[in-house]
Amino acid sequence: MSDNDAELKTVIFETLRAALTKPAELSEATHIVDDLGLDSVAVMDFVMEIEDRLDLSVPLDKIAEIQTLGDLLTVLRGLKAGA
Amino acid sequence: MALLDKYAALGAQYAQVEAQGANPFNVTFEAMISATEGRYRGKPVLLLGTNNYLGLTYDPEVVEAALAATRAEGTGTTGSRIANGSYGGHKGLETELAAFYGRKHGMVFTTGYQANLGMLSVLAGKDDHLILDADSHASIYDGAKLGTAQVTRFRHNSPEDLDARLRRLDGTPGEKVIVVEGIYSMLGDTAPLKEFAEVKRKWGAYLVVDEAHSLGVLGATGRGLAEAAGVEGDVDFIVGTFSKSLAGVGGFCVSDIEGFDVLRVATRPYMFTASLPPGVIAATRAALAALRARPELRARLNENAVRLYNGLARLGFALGPEPNPVVSAIMPSPEVAFAFWARLLEAGLYTNVSLPPATPKGLALLRSSVSAAHGAAQIDQAIGMFEAVGREMGIIGADAPIAG
Repeated sequence: MSDNDAELKTVIFETLRAALTKPAELSEATHIVDDLGLDSVAVMDFVMEIEDRLDLSVPLDKIAEIQTLGDLLTVLRGLKAGA
Repeated sequence: MALLDKYAALGAQYAQVEAQGANPFNVTFEAMISATEGRYRGKPVLLLGTNNYLGLTYDPEVVEAALAATRAEGTGTTGSRIANGSYGGHKGLETELAAFYGRKHGMVFTTGYQANLGMLSVLAGKDDHLILDADSHASIYDGAKLGTAQVTRFRHNSPEDLDARLRRLDGTPGEKVIVVEGIYSMLGDTAPLKEFAEVKRKWGAYLVVDEAHSLGVLGATGRGLAEAAGVEGDVDFIVGTFSKSLAGVGGFCVSDIEGFDVLRVATRPYMFTASLPPGVIAATRAALAALRARPELRARLNENAVRLYNGLARLGFALGPEPNPVVSAIMPSPEVAFAFWARLLEAGLYTNVSLPPATPKGLALLRSSVSAAHGAAQIDQAIGMFEAVGREMGIIGADAPIAG
């Protein structure tokens, strides 16, 4: 894993921990809706926090494809590479 | 695996609400009595959740216009504008809406929902960008989804975040189209439109404002928030609905943009649906005429809004940020919202329950909307019922001052 990936993961996990009301075990396999119980708007709000921290915008069709934190990492990696 | 198993969790939630004997998402009135009264389970109820802002649903001129047009032209058009033809009324209403807004073009849709589907799906194309306020109505999100543009959302009512998103797109090919609302339907808050207009100008973007809840409510002549904020010149497209202040059903868009009419053969939610029946068109034209000729309706509406907002605020209810005809009390949980709603209804007051994901920030809301047709005594009666139920349930303190 590159340094860049490690940084992205830290941002995702930190942002998510701050957004969740109870502590949860987080990994790339964590399913955002099934494991964390976020609804569609809560997912978009959580992604918005990450957008702020990374200064990038994640299009809604990309958010719709994200199921696990690993998926989110892949999307962010792609957007950072394209930026 | 049965076809509808994927809705098991939603179904269980719904069944639980239903089992409590009163379900805010499944209310059938036995009768409507007036713009402010109905009958439910054998008892009269005061209506405080209908979006009937100007109270025109029983206006004699509006009703007569609907009846006369129905007798003359029939109950339905049985077809779409492009395939089966327009009636004079469709064109007449489009001309009158454009004139009301001082715009060159107007287009009428069969519902307000379809107006957003129809406009947002075509204004931004494959290489363009739609930038939506995060608290946008479902019809705005759905319209964005129906189109092919890249869609992002910015923080609700934040010109700074809108600016940041346009900055990130700087140098990216394609047009940028910003979408905001006049009054947001959940909390009754308005957009900082002057600031949005500045950001729009800075980046050379287009601006769409949905005035569904602000037409007939805000502005010196009732045109909505863009008029009230003095930025109509910066708004490229106004969309709105006939189903609130205009007391009917349908939606519209007005604009000055060159080539507007090509959209009539490009936008599928306009092309592939039946046009509005003559009775609805005639009623809407009469309601628009009433909106223009009787500013006292707007004055009375806003007096009622302030009266309800201040009354509930004085009692200690947590409300949206500003007094508008939508007045939402923030409840501690969906369960409390359901119980509060059911007790109000039992006492004879009809309101709405709004829950996430339809609401922002996961809020459970007990939502009211006032009408120009409400008398001050009805508003006070409603405040009194909120007070009684609020104290009974411990939502407001026992030492809160008396309503009035």
